[in-house]
Amino acid sequence: MKDLISITDLTVEELQELIDKALDIIECPDKYAEKCKRKKLATLFFEPSTRTRLSFEAAMLELGGSVLGFSEANSSSAAKGESVADTARTVACYADIIAMRHPKEGAPLVAASAADIPVINAGDGGHNHPTQTLTDLLTIYREKGGFSNLKIGFCGDLKFGRTVHSLINAMCRYEGNEFVLISPEELRVPGYIRKDLLDRGGFKYVETDNWDLLPELDILYMTRVQRERFFNEADYLRLKDVFILTAEKLRSAKEDLCIMHPLPRVNEIERAVDDDPRACYFKQVLNGKYIRMALILKLLGIE
Amino acid sequence: MTIDSIINGIVLDHISAGKSMEIYDILELSKLDCSVAIIKNAVSKKGGRKDIIKIDSIIDVNLDVLGYIDPGITVNIVKDGKIVKKSHLELPDRVAGVIKCNNPRCITSTEQELPHVFQLADREKGVYRCVYCEAKAGHGAS
Repeated sequence: MKDLISITDLTVEELQELIDKALDIIECPDKYAEKCKRKKLATLFFEPSTRTRLSFEAAMLELGGSVLGFSEANSSSAAKGESVADTARTVACYADIIAMRHPKEGAPLVAASAADIPVINAGDGGHNHPTQTLTDLLTIYREKGGFSNLKIGFCGDLKFGRTVHSLINAMCRYEGNEFVLISPEELRVPGYIRKDLLDRGGFKYVETDNWDLLPELDILYMTRVQRERFFNEADYLRLKDVFILTAEKLRSAKEDLCIMHPLPRVNEIERAVDDDPRACYFKQVLNGKYIRMALILKLLGIE
Repeated sequence: MTIDSIINGIVLDHISAGKSMEIYDILELSKLDCSVAIIKNAVSKKGGRKDIIKIDSIIDVNLDVLGYIDPGITVNIVKDGKIVKKSHLELPDRVAGVIKCNNPRCITSTEQELPHVFQLADREKGVYRCVYCEAKAGHGAS
């Protein structure tokens, strides 16, 4: 595997290798402190992102490598009309690995075809964001000890939320999982997720517009209703506050429930929930750095 | 109505009735110097109507493109008046430069020089998806 463009580029075995590597990094960080000495990561961010870019940069720095790059298209040659392929080929002369975020879907694939160094998709529009899914998977693994026989609730914007689609896709590769899809009618998962993944895979799932099944969940994955996905402000305002997780609601949930959120959060999780030991979303952020460290090592072929 | 048999050439048979002109255009048959006959609405022995294209020369035909447009076509290669090869087409795994991605969020919408490439995602339903953005192209769409 040269690049990571979509989570489906990884086999279940490769994914497990990454998880194991991340766990070893967490266990023995010193062992990895100089693994990427003299290696450079280029972060090519054609649209802004705080968390993902800093996570990649922190990951490379903790491996003893260095980073270069830009954080918005205006400060790159794209502003002069340079193609993604040319930018990638140029950067490949300076760096050893690229992490790219781009507003256009498929841009990292174009970069990967043009550059002879590994390219990691750090988000291409509303399409793929595989390192977020890796982050989610490492969190599930650390909190639940595996990926099978889990009852997973997804709540909020299930229609436009790429992290939701990607995680459902990933969890459908394991046996015995059940899905509870909690959303307003207008924000239900797209038909292809229902038909191609859940129905075809024979998975049990429920689509609901209430919290009734919260007590049965092992994992609750909350998402933000994203203003930028709506053409109509009135629809956004009507739907944004429909599902808010409160400490009160969590009284009925399992004691070992794992509450996740890809962040940033707006108001869909009440601040009071942050102190609940079941809240895992800030642990998720930390896991994001570890799994990116593991991914960088794998793509650079460093043990 | 009769059209002379060809001695050396290609016969595209069992074209869905009405599709021959689309195939004529996509294969750029107008650029050939040899004779090309288009027979529309011929009676098919299998029942119904069909179109046929006869090309009086053995040219390279992109079978993937043809298979995408009309997978029911039979391609007959004729040499010395005899059919020496008969190919039944099927949907190709990948087509380049035939379907255009119409997703405004796709990288192909801003980078004009990128080839538009589609991958077969569901053979049963004939669903193709853009390799860049995975947007669906309805079979037969251009």
